[in-house]
Amino acid sequence: MTSINQNRYPNALPDFRNLGVMLRILVIVTAMTALAAALKSSTLDGWFQWWIAISALVQPVTILSLLVLGVANPWLRRIDYRAGIVFVVVLQVMITALVTRYSWGLFDVGGTLARHGFFSAAAALMLIGYFHLRNRALSPALTEARLQALQARIRPHFLFNSINAVLSLVRSDPRRAETALEDLADLFRVLMADNRELVPLEREVELCRQYLGIEQLRLGARLQVDWRLQGMPADALVPPLILQPLLENAVYHGIEPSSEAGTVTLEISSTRDQVRIVLRNPFRSASRHQSGNKMALANIRERLQLHFDAEASLATRASDGVFEAQIVLPYVRDRE
Amino acid sequence: MSNHPQALRIAITDDEQPARSRLKDLLQDVSGTLPIELVGEAENGRELLELLEREPADVVLLDIRMPEMDGIEVAQHLQKLEDPPHVIFTTAYDDYALKAFELHAVDYLVKPIRLRRLHDALVRVRSITRLSLDVLQNISPEPRGHLSVQEREKVALIPVSDILFLRAELKYVTIRTAQAEHLLEESLARLEQEFGDRFVRIHRNCLVSREHIEAFEREPGESGEPRWVVRIRGLDERLSVSRRQQHVIKAIGRNLV
Repeated sequence: MTSINQNRYPNALPDFRNLGVMLRILVIVTAMTALAAALKSSTLDGWFQWWIAISALVQPVTILSLLVLGVANPWLRRIDYRAGIVFVVVLQVMITALVTRYSWGLFDVGGTLARHGFFSAAAALMLIGYFHLRNRALSPALTEARLQALQARIRPHFLFNSINAVLSLVRSDPRRAETALEDLADLFRVLMADNRELVPLEREVELCRQYLGIEQLRLGARLQVDWRLQGMPADALVPPLILQPLLENAVYHGIEPSSEAGTVTLEISSTRDQVRIVLRNPFRSASRHQSGNKMALANIRERLQLHFDAEASLATRASDGVFEAQIVLPYVRDRE
Repeated sequence: MSNHPQALRIAITDDEQPARSRLKDLLQDVSGTLPIELVGEAENGRELLELLEREPADVVLLDIRMPEMDGIEVAQHLQKLEDPPHVIFTTAYDDYALKAFELHAVDYLVKPIRLRRLHDALVRVRSITRLSLDVLQNISPEPRGHLSVQEREKVALIPVSDILFLRAELKYVTIRTAQAEHLLEESLARLEQEFGDRFVRIHRNCLVSREHIEAFEREPGESGEPRWVVRIRGLDERLSVSRRQQHVIKAIGRNLV
């Protein structure tokens, strides 16, 4: 048993290859330079000139640092957190020294090399502190517990209906009953597991197949599934249970309320650095029980943000009797 | 199963085949100790009404969550039958309904159903009071999708979306669709309460379907004074708007093209 009080997120430097992280660094550094310029001057004109002058020195340092950190990222994630901090600070001072030395003749912002090095190191430490706090804010035990609770919230409706369906098979078709129970066991194993690590997309899709197999038992020909997985990157890493809840919604809102057969379409494709997952199901506007749907969507959105920051998104739309959910996430492969 | 003269005649309604087959298995088991007879099974409310016209039943085992028409609405239509059967609801999980059932002493079984519970419910069924329409309407969270009327020994279902207007006449309410007229034994006030989103009151005795209103017109009345009337899509008849309800013309006329 793991206690929710334990800090299960080890201290770690941010992922310097993540666009969201880079953007945050650039915005914060720019804001810092604007503030520094304001300290130097009391007029608007003066402030602007100072800002340009300081930026001319600071921005090259920032961009160079980001480049080096991006390259060193895999290594940085492996080494100890404290060693990582030391590395980042030393790198900052070195790059600052380099830029200061070679731009000395081009423009003059005054100050000594030691002064620049000190400010640069201070700024780097502040940023590391910021990411540390942000990491804590996004993944404290409370958020974790809440997300896990939501994850485990498979609809009771599904559980009891499935057990009932399996019971109906026990006498007439014991072998199918066995398979169905095995699928149900697998599904619940994943639902109740510690789901913080990313899993290969292939595994999530397999889980979806098992889930739909159970639903098929009850719904028979009413549930049609169109798998379009030719372009699926099997090794892409995704948060667990990112698809299954969407399929559960599709069945609950799209298939069950109609006595006609309906088709759920799952389409997965990828480009070099992005994975796109599109799920479509028939939808009737008069459908009830919308709150469960919104909760599942919010939960998936929150977990995508936790894992991929601004690089992942979940968009939904309903039109012409079709509900569509689209997930876009970065194509992250397993690191050996 | 037994053909005992006093056998309890049972009908099953569930949209899911495995659920029906499970119930049949259980009824088979029950028949060992209780004289029962399965009169048939239905996939939805409409089929159930057709089945009961051919084969009257004493008890209906009725699933709540079904496509098109939920079990609670089906139970409301069953009350229009000459001799309505007892209803035992079955449900996998329905929070709102279970609380309401407890409150109104409505009989229900939770899926997966236990043999013992089914047996007890069937033994008890003759002694409990019948469901009333009022109770069912209270339980139902949403307006019905159909109105049911008794015609020629049958219960006819009229989709609410087909209804052009409802007009109170003496004891009855007349339902007017594009094709026909039906007589309904319910109160207009109650109908207005249930279907207020879909129908608007234009007169003390008349509710008109909002989506079927084509236009409001002024025409000369009997006393020579002009009066407002509603023109309805697909109908020659004009319905007069009472002076008291003229405010609806403003509210609805705005949305008409």
